[in-house]
Amino acid sequence: MNQNNVLYIDLERKSFYIKNRSDLFNKWLGGVGAALQLYKEEAVKGSDLLSPGNVIVFAVGPLTALYPLASKVVAVFKSPLTGNYGESHAGGRSATAIRSAGYDALVIKGVSDRPIYLIIGEKGVQFKDAATLWGMRSTFTVGRVLREASPGTGVRTIMRIGRAGENLVRYACVVSETYRHFGRMGLGTVFGSKKLKALVIHGKSSIRLPKIKAYRDVYDEIYDLAVKSGSMKKYHELGTAMNILPINTLGALPTKNLSEARFDGAENISGEDLAAKKLGRRVACSHCPVACIHLATIREPYPDEPYFYKTTFVSYDYELLYSLGSMLGISDINGLLKLMDEVEIGGLDAISTGVALAWATEAYKKGLIKLNDLLVDLDWGKADPYREAVKLIVDQPNEFYKALAMGVDHSSKIYGGRDFALSFGGNEMPGYHTGPAAHIGYLIGSRHSHLDAAGYSIDQKMKGLSPEEMVDKLIEEEQWRQILSSLVICYFARGIYEPSIVKKALDVLGYEFDEERLKELGRCIYREKQALKASEGFRPSELRIPERIFEVPSFHGLIDKNYMKAALDHYSKIFNKTVATE
Amino acid sequence: MKRLVIMDAERCVGCQLCMFACSRRLGFAGLDKSALHVKSVGGFERGFTVVVCRACMDPPCLRACPVNALRARDGGGVILDLSKCIGCRFCERACDIGAVFWDDSMNKPVICVHCGYCVDYCNFRVLGVEEMIRR
Repeated sequence: MNQNNVLYIDLERKSFYIKNRSDLFNKWLGGVGAALQLYKEEAVKGSDLLSPGNVIVFAVGPLTALYPLASKVVAVFKSPLTGNYGESHAGGRSATAIRSAGYDALVIKGVSDRPIYLIIGEKGVQFKDAATLWGMRSTFTVGRVLREASPGTGVRTIMRIGRAGENLVRYACVVSETYRHFGRMGLGTVFGSKKLKALVIHGKSSIRLPKIKAYRDVYDEIYDLAVKSGSMKKYHELGTAMNILPINTLGALPTKNLSEARFDGAENISGEDLAAKKLGRRVACSHCPVACIHLATIREPYPDEPYFYKTTFVSYDYELLYSLGSMLGISDINGLLKLMDEVEIGGLDAISTGVALAWATEAYKKGLIKLNDLLVDLDWGKADPYREAVKLIVDQPNEFYKALAMGVDHSSKIYGGRDFALSFGGNEMPGYHTGPAAHIGYLIGSRHSHLDAAGYSIDQKMKGLSPEEMVDKLIEEEQWRQILSSLVICYFARGIYEPSIVKKALDVLGYEFDEERLKELGRCIYREKQALKASEGFRPSELRIPERIFEVPSFHGLIDKNYMKAALDHYSKIFNKTVATE
Repeated sequence: MKRLVIMDAERCVGCQLCMFACSRRLGFAGLDKSALHVKSVGGFERGFTVVVCRACMDPPCLRACPVNALRARDGGGVILDLSKCIGCRFCERACDIGAVFWDDSMNKPVICVHCGYCVDYCNFRVLGVEEMIRR
């Protein structure tokens, strides 16, 4: 543990080696900082997205398995969805498992000649035949089989892809511990392109800490902040679903492909209603006392057999309630949960899937696509046809679904409807129409995600910022988040892991980082990311703003085009300067 | 004497903070010094099993030890004398509930001493400490 070891895996040769990379971790801490460098070292520049030249890097950080809420893994890869830098974070037991197996990072390269899965432990890698797992309808079943077939119960992660990944849907996810995901940007697609069905990583090694009293003190301080301070209350109680009603009240909940920003049915899909009527169990990632993972239950009778029921558990979060709920006008909670379940079964990113279906519905209603393209009669609020459409995205039986499986940016180039194709930098829109900061954030964030810099939060807290001030704020936040994701902290705990706490936590472990050095490192990682994006062809001038966001009032009222343009101009200057100096 | 008890395993969220606490008690960060174990019943949706020593009054693990490395603890359970243990794993096999864990790095068993340190880190009141009633 904490030996700065990187496990390099070559899927083509079915070989591996372990190398000490203290050079890397001493400089970049770990997590995204280290993963970015490993990606740069190993990926073949400019290579085709789904070719052997694409590389997957997983990394944990120096606090992983040592402190509460340092519970995530960062994956870095080239995104098959955006065609550029890809990054995705997930929890479950993945972080603890990687660290306890003795690794700080994994590099996976090459393409296997046949479907395989890997069992990774303290002694290295076993390459296992996945011919039987390939093509299984449900990611749940794959997990069930691998639970029985692999060692390390309780101290392992089982990451797997669904058929969406196998069939190269560009927004396929990787599922970990059934209910957590490397959701965005198509990591599951890269797995699929490498014929890599699953990774089982297990281990339970530990390290002796030299300053044990000091370590326990800092641990207790963080633990108390997590469970007593109230800062995690919303995640603890209703979970992220608690945001549905407030965001709807603000007039910021994208509804029916953002033709509206308030949803009549919000009450029915709210965290409050779900908790009262559907919540069946709460579970946690390893080393997280918050337990934000909320599982709803659907109890369904079998139509062909009296007194015969099945009970299904479905993980819900704000992002899914938005993308598969309000965005599709669905307020029937049972229908919505079953739709979410189908997305989980196939192994798709829920946000991209919902936004793709929302675009398809509007394009259909406007006559841009026909019923014989769509094969099902999509209509706002009707969950069953959407569930069928999810299966069709996975199967891609015709040209239309082949296009939709590439994302809305691609589909709208072929079928039209660009103005309401809600994609930013190639990534489908997250669930916040709060105002300009949210949208600028999607555009300029390194991974075009609301998590890059949380513009939705700036929109809710601040008014009257100039475009330049807003961009500067977003970049400053994104830079600090590079430290959080190098450590690798769950962003929900960002209010706990303030610079002073991070410094304390690192001090005990023997790292010499004062607050200024941490911030400088964050700026440096940010610049490295921007430079990497530039080298892969990203140009701010080519960013497209969907017209739709200007047509529907946000929490800040109608968004001003000139304001957005000024913000992007300011960002372009910063980007060009950054790229020129890197 | 007190013993550690599972108050209600249905409340367990699987965070494993108890396991981390147990290793931390001994000065380690990680899981391999932990004398209790949390695993899913068969998928997270089914809930969790928490395995820990029940503080038997007549411990099978003690009876299985060929070198007297385990002695009876007042109030139930056992105390391990590391210097006598030869790492034969008989105790591990003797425990029906699987509460004798194995520290691979030392090749020695790990058995709960019922100190209750983990209880303070269980945010969901799965774990508790109770006074042992002599049966």
